[in-house]
Amino acid sequence: MDLSSIDPILLIAALMVAATPILLAALGELVVEKAGVLNLGVEGMMITGAICGFAVAVETGNPALGFVGGAAGGAALSLIFGILTQFLLSNQVATGLALTLFGLGISALIGQSYIGVKPPATTDLSFPILSDIPVVGPILFQHDAMVYVSLGLVIAVWYLLKYTRVGLVLRAVGENHDAAHALGYKVVRIRLAAIAFGGACAGLGGSYLSLVRVPQWTEGMTAGAGWIALAIVVFASWKAGRVLLGAYLFGGITVLQLNLQAAGMKIPVEYLSMSPYLITILVLVIMSADKSRAALNAPASLGRAFHASS
Amino acid sequence: MSTAHLRIDGLTKAYPGVVANDDISFEVAPGEVHALLGENGAGKSTLVKMIYGLVRPDRGQMTLQGKRFDPANPNAARRAGIAMVFQHFSLFEALDVAENVALGMDNPPPQRTLARRIREVSETYGLPLDPARLVGDLSAGERQRVEIIRCLLQDPKLLIMDEPTSVLTPQEVEILFKTLRKLSAEGTAILYISHKLEEIRALCDQATILRMGKLVASCDPREKTARALAEMMVGTELTTPDRVGTAQSEVALDVSGLSVASASPFGTSLRNVHLQVHKGEVLGIGGVAGNGQEDLLAALSGEVRTAPDAIKLGNRNVGHLRPNDRRALGLLSAPEERLGHAAAPDMSLTENALLTGAIREDLAKNGFLNWPAARAFADSIIREFDVRTPGAGHAARSLSGGNLQKFVIGREILQRPEVLVVNQPTWGVDAAATAAIRQAILNLATQGTAVVVISQDLDELMEISDRFAALNEGRLTAPQPTRDLTLDQIGLMMGGAHDMDVAQVAE
Amino acid sequence: MIKLEKRPEPSRHWAYATPLLAVLATMIAGGILFAALGKDPFVAIRTIFWDPLFNDQFAAFSRPQLLVKAGPLILIAIGLSLGFRAGIWNIGAEGQYIVGALCGAGVALAFYPLEEWYVFPLMVLGGALGGWAWAMIPGILRTQFNTNEILVSLLLVYVAEQLMASMALGLMRNPDGGGFPGSRNLGDYPAAYNAEIIAGTGMHWGVVAAFIAVIFAYILLNRHIMGFNIRLTGQAPRAARFSGVKPNRLILFCLGTSGALAGLAGLFEVAGPAGQITIDFNVGYGFTAIIVAFLGRLHPAGILLAGLLMALTYIGGELAQFMLGLPAAAIQAFQGMLLFFLLAGDVLTNYRIRIGRAEVA
Repeated sequence: MDLSSIDPILLIAALMVAATPILLAALGELVVEKAGVLNLGVEGMMITGAICGFAVAVETGNPALGFVGGAAGGAALSLIFGILTQFLLSNQVATGLALTLFGLGISALIGQSYIGVKPPATTDLSFPILSDIPVVGPILFQHDAMVYVSLGLVIAVWYLLKYTRVGLVLRAVGENHDAAHALGYKVVRIRLAAIAFGGACAGLGGSYLSLVRVPQWTEGMTAGAGWIALAIVVFASWKAGRVLLGAYLFGGITVLQLNLQAAGMKIPVEYLSMSPYLITILVLVIMSADKSRAALNAPASLGRAFHASS
Repeated sequence: MSTAHLRIDGLTKAYPGVVANDDISFEVAPGEVHALLGENGAGKSTLVKMIYGLVRPDRGQMTLQGKRFDPANPNAARRAGIAMVFQHFSLFEALDVAENVALGMDNPPPQRTLARRIREVSETYGLPLDPARLVGDLSAGERQRVEIIRCLLQDPKLLIMDEPTSVLTPQEVEILFKTLRKLSAEGTAILYISHKLEEIRALCDQATILRMGKLVASCDPREKTARALAEMMVGTELTTPDRVGTAQSEVALDVSGLSVASASPFGTSLRNVHLQVHKGEVLGIGGVAGNGQEDLLAALSGEVRTAPDAIKLGNRNVGHLRPNDRRALGLLSAPEERLGHAAAPDMSLTENALLTGAIREDLAKNGFLNWPAARAFADSIIREFDVRTPGAGHAARSLSGGNLQKFVIGREILQRPEVLVVNQPTWGVDAAATAAIRQAILNLATQGTAVVVISQDLDELMEISDRFAALNEGRLTAPQPTRDLTLDQIGLMMGGAHDMDVAQVAE
Repeated sequence: MIKLEKRPEPSRHWAYATPLLAVLATMIAGGILFAALGKDPFVAIRTIFWDPLFNDQFAAFSRPQLLVKAGPLILIAIGLSLGFRAGIWNIGAEGQYIVGALCGAGVALAFYPLEEWYVFPLMVLGGALGGWAWAMIPGILRTQFNTNEILVSLLLVYVAEQLMASMALGLMRNPDGGGFPGSRNLGDYPAAYNAEIIAGTGMHWGVVAAFIAVIFAYILLNRHIMGFNIRLTGQAPRAARFSGVKPNRLILFCLGTSGALAGLAGLFEVAGPAGQITIDFNVGYGFTAIIVAFLGRLHPAGILLAGLLMALTYIGGELAQFMLGLPAAAIQAFQGMLLFFLLAGDVLTNYRIRIGRAEVA
């Protein structure tokens, strides 16, 4: 094994790219869960976003439009979940699972004619001077725009939840939907908006996967990324800043194990490939073992159906 | 007539199977404290929800300050100068006081300004409150202050208060009344919903009495006796339960040094609770909501297990036993929340009979269920406790509150307990069912069962218990014989006015 | 304005009618989907639902396939339904299916080429234990550390897939296979082979096990206190604790049982229809079984019917792929749609729809 073939600078830069899809999806799910809704369909929305984004980018030749398409695809799928759980009061766990199963099917269906196609390249931004700083330059200033968008989104979500009226109302709805209703807030509408936002973020994350990270379309290419995003929300105990930490940590593990595979480490490839999932489980265990902390931050109405009885 | 602040004309609201409000008309003058009196289910809540814009009336109209008033939602009602303090608080435990207040306002100022104004108002009206504290950490009385301050910051012209005193100690009630009198003197009209007659006589200028959705009387409550008001409210002459003191010397349940950490983040931990209940005795445990009542019931029922010797049944340690082992020994219980705790809402009454009856009624052999026996047990509960239902096959949630409560209490009583622990046995239950349940509890004691009644209804405890103790922040006071107690003493046992000793309403 | 109004109690009629309605709605929506793909919707629906059973040309091949496909679906769904009823969400049955197959096949390969009667029973035991153990991981993490069993069980699917790949390429690779990935074919090892019990019917031991599981689940849920506790926990967890249910024991029981049944399904599959461990041994039964469980209303008899129906869509889907060039993914989307319609229809069981004046919501 040749560990010297691993360049720490490239590793960190690659980590940011690897983490971006999950970061986007987890941020969206964070907002959804803060509104008191548990959408387990992240995987389905991501893969739908992946193919929608891919298809739009290939057809238009414009990757930026592709990302818009991916977000739209994810949001559209999430609205199925929204209508079922918010208007028809279906079980959120079951509906989320259905969303994932359906998303995997519909994406494979749409994606048939795109297998083996190469998407238009997403160019990296280059910042004059900044990009040329040694070490910091390649790590921070030589990425494509979506990496910066995702970081901006972290700040936006953090600010929105903590300092704005919209964020306060959103948290209130997630905390106690009956009280929010009694005060005259439109619980269902607010939740639908959150669900659509979550869907758009997941779709964006999916399209980043198919347009930048891989970049090509294969069936089931999300390979559990949506579920890991869900786990990261728990890991982050519903805080935007810690979602970033969780996603980058996961991205780091993914990139590291890929590098170790390339460096010819003497562990079978399969065991390295399963390591991100095992480490996610481990982190989940550590986070949930402290019951009081988990209970304090989790939105109190999470996963409960709301029906205005009066 | 033109001086009325709010006029209500023929308001009607029907839900499937029940007319909640039938042609209700009355007026509230500026500065008037107007009582809305009625039993549970008489239609008080529906009426105020219409005024607050949460429910739209089917027929009739409202006039506010001479203008047609038809609020489409609570925001519209708030803009028209109406504020409401809810019975089940519309608060958010994980948010702080200032955030909670901001959520109840249409255009809240920035948080810092808001925090200052909260302090100002709380001082003016003698309601001390720290804007930065999490609501989940506040006592029930403090939570109510949050609601009231939220209302006062909007400068309301009409303040609606839904059963505000049910969570207060007598001392806290006094302070609340001072605040309300001050508001009324400033010209704010108050619509005061309650079924507590003495309070209404002490506070209100005018009373509107509802019964089964209809307006049955309007009067000046100060000119009527409490009994006369009660009879207008209930419609029949009231019978107070017969009570014969039957306490024996033998101790049935002995709790000593019971401490339990609360399972929920905002719950109350029990601290070093001591109590003894004798055979044939009713021990009443009072206290404001949220002082450890649920935790005490959970510790006694076996849902939460403790050190073996913290709870003794006779002279047997049972603290470490699970609910079914305790049932086998004769320690039975009935929790407060009927739907979801004492009973499974979507399950049939037969299945709900099985829920606690499997052990003592022998409804399962080697784990295999004897459905005919369970059905027979359910039928006998329905028969003996006059539970109104088409049959034992119907879901628990299809029953009215009073009928389900009779079923839940009856289920335990019919299992001939040695010790019975009940929490809030008549909460949200109509008068007839209340009387029946209280009588059943007393009859059980007469037969030699030791009964612990946890309740937030002081009148109830005074009526049925031999001795009284109060829970206050997880601690239990030493029990005192009920007949010697004055209201003041009870109030002090319940913790007096929580950190309000210094509070003064600015006159 | 349409408004929902909670029924005083769940409607039995609608509980039975919604699955039928959902199937009907899915056929209509699926027809539209197929039309959008340029296929004649009526021909497509007929090919999926009718031809596998009654077309002279295909029925002889397709009919036995019905039981072959329905067996694992029913077996897994029965296990899942117990947990789902109690609010315990094992969605990693696919992983337990894989590990069951690995363990069962491992037993067989360890005994190869011994021809003894006890080889197959030991494999069955190995398969059940493997699935059970894999499901106990989320179970123990949940009871000990309060870790969400949904996420853990699901993430373990990916771990199991990697484990299987490593086995197919390494430890279990057929030494006589010329270096190709994949284990020995158990079809060539009579003592380990899960052959058809009645030739030409598709009935193998896995199908028998599925029928037995249906009967056991029925008795458990309707006649036994354990089943009562499972239902109680799902409907009112606090009431269950008050009643004396031990939540941790229930979680381990539900996860363990569903894991063992999924493991059995994997074992019967690898010892019979599949024949060997390969990289792509698993075809998603563990996930489709979730749909089967819901479509069957989490009721054993319902699951039996739902399993057969879902097996039909698999076979019909393959037929449509072969005959009409309908993509395989279309069937997957079709199955997902079915679950949507079913969940949407559930509202009718618990709510009445009123058309009237708008309430402020």
